[in-house]
Amino acid sequence: METRLADWIKGTTQGDSANDILRACVHCGFCNATCPTYQLLGDELDGPRGRIYQIKQVLEGTPATRNTQLHLDRCLTCRACETTCPSGVDYGHLVDIGRAVVESQVRRPLNERLLHWLLREVLTRRGLFGGALRIGRALRFALPRALHAGLGEHRAPGAWPRRTHARKVLLLNGCTQPALAPSIDAATARVLDAIGVQALVDARSGCCGAIRHHLHDQRGALQNARRNIDAWWPQLDSGAVEAIVINASGCTTMVREYAWLLREDPAYAARARRVSDATRDLAQFLGPQLPLLLRCVRPASITRIALQNPCTLQHGLKLKHDVEQLLSALGAQLLPVDEPHLCCGSAGTYSLLQPKLALELRARKLAHLLHAQPQMILSANIGCLLHLAAGTAVALRHWIEWIDELIVTS
Amino acid sequence: MLLPEFDIDESRWSGVAEAPAPGRQLAVAQALRALLPADCVLSRDEELHPYECDGLAVFRQQPMLVVLPRTETEVRAVLLACRRLEVPVVARGAGTGLSGGAMPHAAGVVLSLARFDRILQIDPAARIARVQPGVRNLAVSEAAAAYGLFYAPDPSSQIACTIGGNVAENSGGVHCLKYGLTLHNVLGLRGCTIDGEPIELGGCALDAPGLDLLALSIGSEGLLLVVTEVILKLLPKPELAQVVMASFDDVGKAGEAVAAIIAAGIIPSGLEMMDRKATAAVEPFVRAGYDLAAEAILLAESDGTPDEVADEVRAMERVLQANGATAIAVSASEAERLRFWSGRKNAFPAAGRISPDYYCMDGTIPRNRLGHMLKAIERMEHKYGLKCMNVFHAGDGNLHPLILFDANRSGEWERADRFGADILELCVQLGGTITGEHGVGVEKLNSMCVQFSPAERAAFFSVKRAFDPPGLLNPGKCIPTLARCAEYGRMHVRHGQLPHPDLPRF
Ligand SMILES: Cc1cc2nc3c(=O)[nH]c(=O)nc-3n(C[C@H](O)[C@H](O)[C@H](O)COP(=O)(O)OP(=O)(O)OC[C@H]3O[C@@H](n4cnc5c(N)ncnc54)[C@H](O)[C@@H]3O)c2cc1C
Ligand code: SF4
Ligand code: SF4
Repeated sequence: METRLADWIKGTTQGDSANDILRACVHCGFCNATCPTYQLLGDELDGPRGRIYQIKQVLEGTPATRNTQLHLDRCLTCRACETTCPSGVDYGHLVDIGRAVVESQVRRPLNERLLHWLLREVLTRRGLFGGALRIGRALRFALPRALHAGLGEHRAPGAWPRRTHARKVLLLNGCTQPALAPSIDAATARVLDAIGVQALVDARSGCCGAIRHHLHDQRGALQNARRNIDAWWPQLDSGAVEAIVINASGCTTMVREYAWLLREDPAYAARARRVSDATRDLAQFLGPQLPLLLRCVRPASITRIALQNPCTLQHGLKLKHDVEQLLSALGAQLLPVDEPHLCCGSAGTYSLLQPKLALELRARKLAHLLHAQPQMILSANIGCLLHLAAGTAVALRHWIEWIDELIVTS
Repeated sequence: MLLPEFDIDESRWSGVAEAPAPGRQLAVAQALRALLPADCVLSRDEELHPYECDGLAVFRQQPMLVVLPRTETEVRAVLLACRRLEVPVVARGAGTGLSGGAMPHAAGVVLSLARFDRILQIDPAARIARVQPGVRNLAVSEAAAAYGLFYAPDPSSQIACTIGGNVAENSGGVHCLKYGLTLHNVLGLRGCTIDGEPIELGGCALDAPGLDLLALSIGSEGLLLVVTEVILKLLPKPELAQVVMASFDDVGKAGEAVAAIIAAGIIPSGLEMMDRKATAAVEPFVRAGYDLAAEAILLAESDGTPDEVADEVRAMERVLQANGATAIAVSASEAERLRFWSGRKNAFPAAGRISPDYYCMDGTIPRNRLGHMLKAIERMEHKYGLKCMNVFHAGDGNLHPLILFDANRSGEWERADRFGADILELCVQLGGTITGEHGVGVEKLNSMCVQFSPAERAAFFSVKRAFDPPGLLNPGKCIPTLARCAEYGRMHVRHGQLPHPDLPRF
């Protein structure tokens, strides 16, 4: 597409990146077909092609308005549009740049600013969030319906393995997941242990930064990234760990982004690249270990499974079939699920900020997931899990928990 | 054809860029807001701007307003109001059109049908689907698949384009060689005239009494009525389909092979050609397994019972070999067959990977002139200093040369535009037409002057007037005014390349 960027952004890193991305878009409209918000709202302004156009308009010098902000807010950043785009348009990075510029031009009303701040400060701090969560669970009846989605039910984590192994990986010292579903990390450690890999958690690391990133706190997100790089670097550099393995696909996507986010930071760029390169989603890490895994599992008892493939996994990390292959190989009978490309509406903090659209998407996703009457629904991301769980009585787990059940301890 | 001169007010709204009178936007917006829910009328600049073009982004015009109704009652109310207030109305589906058909009118309303996205009924016994116009083409086949049926016309844009847009453009696709265009697969439709009158054309039967107004309205580019419901013919999915991929070391030879297949009495269910530049652009996205060393590849599909397919595939292989194919591969699975097509279907936007902009042409020529045309395009590449990648519905002689250019460089679009006009004129010279399936829209108005005589164009206007007396539906599109053609003629004399008045036209 033709572009005429305004002088204030032309020639800057952001400007050049945005220009390259915009130029690649040929305005064919294919992406609208798989965009959840376009499907729900049927308005060019709420589809990727129209969002790209709105961002272009702002970068070409037309001041952004609350309206522009609204249509960008409604974007789930699910990146289904990227998977669909034959021209290779890097929408995710463009919308990041666009949002930052719009934030700088349009001041949000006080209630929105407060909500963003609250989510940023509470969700990303483990101690704070754990406490708030306990209070929230107790006060559930008093919270708005949409917020129930985030509260989940507590499950006992089980024991963390004690053995040491020569092969070691680092897990993320996550923010919300350990408080909401400690069973996921424990299951991950046990499955890794079974195949002879020791899972380490570095206490100095913490939230990957995705929450701040989504809530327009770019500086805070970069601080999270730098802190994690500092924490992981010694073990990574010395070769003590072979990879950073993350079991929440949203967080994997974010850590894989460190290289791009810090590309202009001379002190961190090189290390960020190494960290991003060394980061694997758990599904990606376990895929090649399948022969080892097959040796230590028993036949599954729960086999009728509907798999929800999180957007961060299939569109963000482009790992469309990895979990599927793993589970099938271990005996799962994966049921057909319609519109597998469509976001469930969780999308980080989206379900809290855009409850109406999020609930519509959840209903649509659940209808597809439940269609073939599964015994269990599996997902790969904590956000999706909690969001979906609040809408159905069918058991929902992280897929690693299903595998964990199959492990025969030697 | 000789027709009496009509005293037609053909140019009243034909200036699509003519700005509305001051205060008009507000007045019309108020009138429409009284009829529709608040989220259905867009009037701010930043909301109107993204609607300024369709898939052909070099032609842009911001509309005065955009409306997004949800029901037929709302559509009628909008049309009535626009008729009363004399506001041009441009219908819009998915905005994937490639001729600027849905490009707005500066003083007009864009009437988006995107929210009409429900499949109302699939009747597997009658093999029909009743759908709203905003339903995506591919969604019909996806829904019909549960009954072993499919909807045959499959434009490459089928993932996104709407049935309403398909009807308006009489769209074709890879499988139209055997199964026909939209025209041959629509049984009936409902629409509204500019008077807000609902009309029904055709029906569930294969033929309807009276004048065939259904056929007339298919391909009418939003000039006659706004389509609100369509009855589609569904076909049983063939038991088996396989694609033969043949490589050629010369585009001319590939062209001849196409003619030879048809001459051998074979009607493949798809027969497509891509040149080397096209395969190079799509392969990284699709990984279809195309032969990247070949100057051109042909994709020929056979469908039917396994026996029929085996016979036809063998026959095609023989013809292809006899015509100099350097390599031949046959799809071994359904997944591979879909991958072969997927590359072809993504070819246009994939051009965006090798060039910032592309201009997709859409002409037809007799099949046996494909080789001639390709050589001529090669010469034009040198003449205009622009690259052109070629993707053809080769089986029906429908060309889609994609002229690659960079809109940010001054002068390049103008060169691409002239390059395109040259190709279309050559199409007419070779006995073909200036549009195969993308329609005329605003893009090919000038070429219409080459293809049709003034009397023929006057006849088109009188058809339009019969449906739309005030001339408010998509004015300034599809039929060029006398004044415009006169202007185009003068330009051509200046460039010393007068069109070819002696050629037979159709
Ligand atoms: C990458 C790409 C590939 C393509 N490949 C093909 C192909 O293989 N074959 C092919 O034929 N076309 C192809 N096209 C062109 C385009 O997709 C078709 O013309 C399609 O039918 C347009 O549908 P749409 O819903 O996008 O309509 P729009 O572009 O929105 O509108 C097209 C025209 O239809 C009118 N219209 C839309 N809806 C209605 C309605 N409800 N009532 C009355 N008028 C209406 C509009 O006014 C306009 O004149 C391609 C386009 C792209 C971008
Ligand atoms: S990221 Fe998702 S919601 Fe946002 S424009 Fe792309 S497809 Fe639509
Ligand atoms: S699919 Fe890609 S090229 Fe086409 S409009 Fe969307 S982003 Fe642009």
